[in-house]
Amino acid sequence: MIEAAIWVILIPLICGLAAFAIGGRTSRLLGLIGAGLTTIAAFLLVAEVWVNGVWEYSLGGWEAPLGISLRADGLSTFMIAMTAVVGLGISLYAVRYFALTPGPSPDPSAPLRTGAGRGEKSQATWLPSESYWPLWMLLWASLNALFLSSDIFNLYVGLELLTLASVALIILERERASIIAGLRYLLAAFLGSMAYLLGVALLYAEAGVLDLQLLADAELTGTAVQVAGGLMAVGLLLKAALFPMHFWLPAAHSSAPAPVSAALSALVVKAAFYLLIRLWFEVFEPASSIAVEQVIGVLGATAIILGSFQAIRQARLKMMIAYSTVAQVGYLFVMIPLAGSFGDPQDVWRFEAWTGGLYHALSHGFAKASMFLAAGVILSSLGHDRVWNLAGSAARFPVIYLSFGIAGMSLMGLPPSAGFVGKWLMLTSAVESAQWWWAVILLVGGLLTAGYVAIVLSQALQRDVEIDREPDPIPRIMTLSVFGLAVLSMLLGLRAAEPLEFLEIGAPFQTLITTVEE
Amino acid sequence: MSLFLIYALAAVGLFAICLHAIITRSHLLRKILALNMMGSSVFLLLIAIAYRNSVEETADPVPHAMVLTGIVVAVSATAFALALARRYHAETGETELSDGDGST
Repeated sequence: MIEAAIWVILIPLICGLAAFAIGGRTSRLLGLIGAGLTTIAAFLLVAEVWVNGVWEYSLGGWEAPLGISLRADGLSTFMIAMTAVVGLGISLYAVRYFALTPGPSPDPSAPLRTGAGRGEKSQATWLPSESYWPLWMLLWASLNALFLSSDIFNLYVGLELLTLASVALIILERERASIIAGLRYLLAAFLGSMAYLLGVALLYAEAGVLDLQLLADAELTGTAVQVAGGLMAVGLLLKAALFPMHFWLPAAHSSAPAPVSAALSALVVKAAFYLLIRLWFEVFEPASSIAVEQVIGVLGATAIILGSFQAIRQARLKMMIAYSTVAQVGYLFVMIPLAGSFGDPQDVWRFEAWTGGLYHALSHGFAKASMFLAAGVILSSLGHDRVWNLAGSAARFPVIYLSFGIAGMSLMGLPPSAGFVGKWLMLTSAVESAQWWWAVILLVGGLLTAGYVAIVLSQALQRDVEIDREPDPIPRIMTLSVFGLAVLSMLLGLRAAEPLEFLEIGAPFQTLITTVEE
Repeated sequence: MSLFLIYALAAVGLFAICLHAIITRSHLLRKILALNMMGSSVFLLLIAIAYRNSVEETADPVPHAMVLTGIVVAVSATAFALALARRYHAETGETELSDGDGST
C-alpha cells in the first residue's frame, strides 16, 4: 500500500480489464471506481514525492541495467497528478454523456453509410459506452506507465499501448469520419513508434544500457547518438503533432466523442511531449546543438501562427478546438530553444523556460479538456456545433460558455490564469536570454487565441435570436465537470508556487536550481 | 566489412525501403505491411547488435528480450490496423485513404 506509484498503473489496468470482462452496465461502475481510486493513488504519490523526494522501484527486484525500473520525480508526478485530475473530470462527465447520447453524429452532413450490411446490423445493438470504460481505463494505465517508466524500451511499449487505446477510442462511434481519422492517426502514430524504436536500437548499440538515468550519466555525444536522438525526436514530434506533422490531429481529435477528444488533446499529446522533454534535457543534452533547437522552435512558432489561423477559419466548434491544440502544442516546443544551449549554459533562465513550458502544458491540459467537454455539451444538446449557428445559445447554457471563456483566458495567457504563469516564465526567459523573437511569437499567439475564443463567445452571446429547436436539458454533473476543469485552469495560476517548486524535485539543471536558492 | 556491418546496413536499407513505401503507396494493405516490415528491420538491427556485443560466443541477451517483446507488440498492432482497414473497406468500399477526407 505504501507504493502508491505501482497502484496508479495497476488500478486502472485491473478496473479496465474487469470492465472488459464483465461488460454491460457494470463497466461504468468499474470505470468510476477506477477513476476515483487512481486519483487517490496519484495524490498519495504526490505526497510521497513531496516529502521524500525522488521515488525509485526496481520491478521484480532486478536493478538496472538488468531490470526495468520505475522512477517518479517531480516531473513524472506532476504529469500523473494532472492526468488524475483531468481524468476524474472526464470520467464524471462521461457517465452522463454516453447515457444522454447513444451516439451523436459529429458530422450530420456526412453521407450515409454505404455497402455495410454486416456493420449496420451490429450497430443497432451496440452502445459506445460499453467499450468506452475499458478502453479509457487502459488509456489511463498506459499514460501512467509511460510517465513512471525509466527504461527507453519500456517507454516504447507504453507508447504503443497508448496509441492502440487512443485509436480504439477515436473509432468508438464507428462513424465513417472517425474511422478514416482513426486509421490515419494509427498509421502516423505507428510510423512515429518505429522511428523511436530504431532510435532506441541505435542508442543501445552506442551506450549498452536502456535505463534513462544511466544514459543521462553517460553524457553521450557523437554522430551515432545524434542520429538516434534525431530519430527518437522525429518519432515523438509526429506523435505530439508538431507542425508540419500535425496533419492527423484535427480530424482525429474532432471526430471522437467529447470525453475522448478531451483526453486526447489534454493528455495523450502531452505524453509524447513529456517523453521528448525528458530525453532531450536528460539524455541528449550533450549531443544537442543550438541550430537544432532553433529549428524546433521555428516549427513551434509556425504551429502557433498557422494553427491559430486555421482555428479562426473553422466553421465547426470541435474542429476549431482541435486546431487550437495544434497551436498550443507549438508553445510547448518553443520551450526547447529557450531552455536549450543558447548562451551561457549556467544561466537560470533555462530552468525558468523549462518550468514555464511544463506549466503551460498543465494549464493547457485543464483548459483544453474543459473546452472539448463544453463543445460536447453544445453538440449533443443543440444537435450541431456550427460556430456561426451558435447565436443566442449562451442563454441556454450560461455556465458552459462561462467555462469556455475562462478556459479561453487560460489559453490566451491572461493573468491570473495558469496559462499566464507558464507564458510569463517563458517570456521572461526569452527576454533574459536575448532571444526576443520568441517573445514576439508568444505574444502574437496570445492575440490569435483571443481571436477564435472571441468568435465563439460573440456568437453565443447575441441576444434576441430565434432558436429553431429547443435544446435538450444537460445533466448537472456534466456542467459541473466542465466548469470545475476551467476553474482549475484559473486557480492554478493563483497558487503556482507549490507546483513550480514540486517540479524542481529531481529535475535536470540541478546546479542551476541550487544557484537560485543561494 | 564485418558481419555486423552487413546486417546493420541491410536493416537500415530495409527501414528506408519501408519508409518509402509508406509515403508513396496509397493502398492501405501495403502501408500496413510496410509498417510491419519496418519493425522487422529494427529487430534485425537489434539481433546484429546482440551478435556484436557477444562475450565469449554468448550473444547479448538484452536485445533478444527487446525483439521478443517487440514482436508481440508488432503482432497486436498489425492485427489492429488490419481489422481497422477491413472496417474502413466495409464502410466505404475503398482500399485507399483519399486525401482531404474528414480533414475539414
